[in-house]
Amino acid sequence: MKVQEPMNGTEVKASVTPGVRLGGVSFVWRPWLALVTLVLAAVTFLLFCLSISVGDFPIGLSQVVATLFGHGESVDEFIIMDLRMPRAMAGLVVGFALGVSGAITQSVARNPLASPDILGITSGASVVAVFLVTVSGGAAAAVVSSVGLSAAALAGGLGTGLLVYFLAWRRGIDGFRLILIGISVSAVMEALTTWLLVKADIKDVARAQAWLVGSLQDRSWDEVRIALWCTVVLMVVVGCVAFQFKPLHLGDDVAAGLGVRYQRVRAALLLCAVLLAAVGVSAAGPVPFVALVAPQVAMRLARHPTPPLVASGMTGALLLIGADLVARTALPVTLPVGVVTAAIGGPFLVYLLVRANLK
Amino acid sequence: MVAQYITEIGSEAVDSARLAAKGVSVGYGGTMVIDDLDVAIPPGVITTIIGPNGCGKSTLLRTLSRLLKPAKGAVVLDGQDIVKLKTKDVAKKLGLLPQAPVAPEGLTVADLVARGRHPHQSWLRQWSSDDVDVVERALAMTGVSDLADRPVDALSGGQRQRVWISMTLAQGTDLLLLDEPTTYLDLAHAVDVLDLVDDLHESGRTVVMVLHDLNLATRYSDHLVVMKDGTVLAQGHPRDVITADLLEEAFGLRAKVVDDPVGDRPLIVPIGRTHVQLD
Repeated sequence: MKVQEPMNGTEVKASVTPGVRLGGVSFVWRPWLALVTLVLAAVTFLLFCLSISVGDFPIGLSQVVATLFGHGESVDEFIIMDLRMPRAMAGLVVGFALGVSGAITQSVARNPLASPDILGITSGASVVAVFLVTVSGGAAAAVVSSVGLSAAALAGGLGTGLLVYFLAWRRGIDGFRLILIGISVSAVMEALTTWLLVKADIKDVARAQAWLVGSLQDRSWDEVRIALWCTVVLMVVVGCVAFQFKPLHLGDDVAAGLGVRYQRVRAALLLCAVLLAAVGVSAAGPVPFVALVAPQVAMRLARHPTPPLVASGMTGALLLIGADLVARTALPVTLPVGVVTAAIGGPFLVYLLVRANLK
Repeated sequence: MVAQYITEIGSEAVDSARLAAKGVSVGYGGTMVIDDLDVAIPPGVITTIIGPNGCGKSTLLRTLSRLLKPAKGAVVLDGQDIVKLKTKDVAKKLGLLPQAPVAPEGLTVADLVARGRHPHQSWLRQWSSDDVDVVERALAMTGVSDLADRPVDALSGGQRQRVWISMTLAQGTDLLLLDEPTTYLDLAHAVDVLDLVDDLHESGRTVVMVLHDLNLATRYSDHLVVMKDGTVLAQGHPRDVITADLLEEAFGLRAKVVDDPVGDRPLIVPIGRTHVQLD
């Protein structure tokens, strides 16, 4: 076969993804991914409004939308903005943070089963939270205001995430080793949590258990605001690094060959993933499976070979708000949202495992 | 038996080489795989590194491509120490195809080849019409334009390797480093891929590769680097380098070297133990 160096435009055009230019900025144009992301955002917004409208005192959807855009009546405004918004907002922010965190973790580990739950972030946050609730008892009652608990859980999640990262470090990070170390550290943390619960006073245990299931109930604006701003800042960082991250899906050597300092890029993104997950867990408790399921669902919807970041976040928000709605309305008892996400996530994990085994 | 082979590199060879290793020692965690090695890659030809398993072939290629940092000595690319160059600048001059790369499931051929443009892109300029042109040309040159929309994981081994080479071409470098490009390929597909590599060399690129198959290496390269135990045992044109003595010393292989009936290169016939009729 002889080499052909075709002239520009003379040969049959291969279907290379077209680009888009806006001023000095150019990027790959993927209409389907953009459409899926937009639809996900629209559905999330719908569920967001629905979550606000549903309650002991139902408010019409149009009222909710009007109030959100600043044209509401003052009675509704109080209920919507002060009473119900924090819950819906917490669902949105936490879901988004968990979804993006899962997408990054799965990309870094190049494994669809990786998630912040496996990397020990959730279990680390739980230990610290349970410790505060049970052992410290009355002495720390002042600290254990809801915001204090969130901050402590954040620190616990971050600390465990970093511990896993450093234990998995051996002249670089390998995805598989990261998962194995994550599983073992998580197991230790869960054992600690159980030990704390066994030793604790029964009244505290009930409170700790409520936190451990993961719930969006009784969120205050303070907590939600912290989570929101942390997520916004982290997303800006992720957005800056994400471009460097694309070649990493092809493996370390290929990425290095393409001029990416992959250890640095990966460490930065993994840190963002740990922080996002910790923010989510600190605001809503360890809501299970959202970070695992959201990126996989987003990948399938967007027909994208790797977890798309924004679409994963949208899917996470949609899942969490949707699960919270189901938890509040579908059954006579109000369940914590974590029960519903576990009910969806468990079978999905089995589906992923079966699929991985079939290959 | 210690035979004398051509291992010396003339100083003019080193000067004309765009890529050279000078007194390089490389190892993994204390133990040195390569010790005080000198090699110069002649421009515009195909250089193939051969040697027995574990002799440091891949380590040398990885060091030449800056994946590994030498403990001693330096790799020089266009007159500069490669370690001191920016990762991105190296990627604009030198394309690398690692051994048996894996693409994410479902990634299309066009998208994979497009990733080759990464060194030329920035956050603001992520995809331009230049990129489209280069990627289309890279697909055409490797004969995979028809496969552009197919997922890489659905292709045969030979096609897949063409696609990966296409990605390295999209990088737009005239220096290509290929680590065992024929791994897992049957002989027909291996020949097919090496013909492609030869096409690339014909179009002016300098190619360095690691190969296992000695006869393919002899047929397709203009310069052979024979390694043993982390050092260069011999280097030069296959006609000068490949001898029965060298094969015995480098590989412990008893072989007869004859004239290739279809080419102008030597042909290695391994002797082994069975069904041998020696006169």
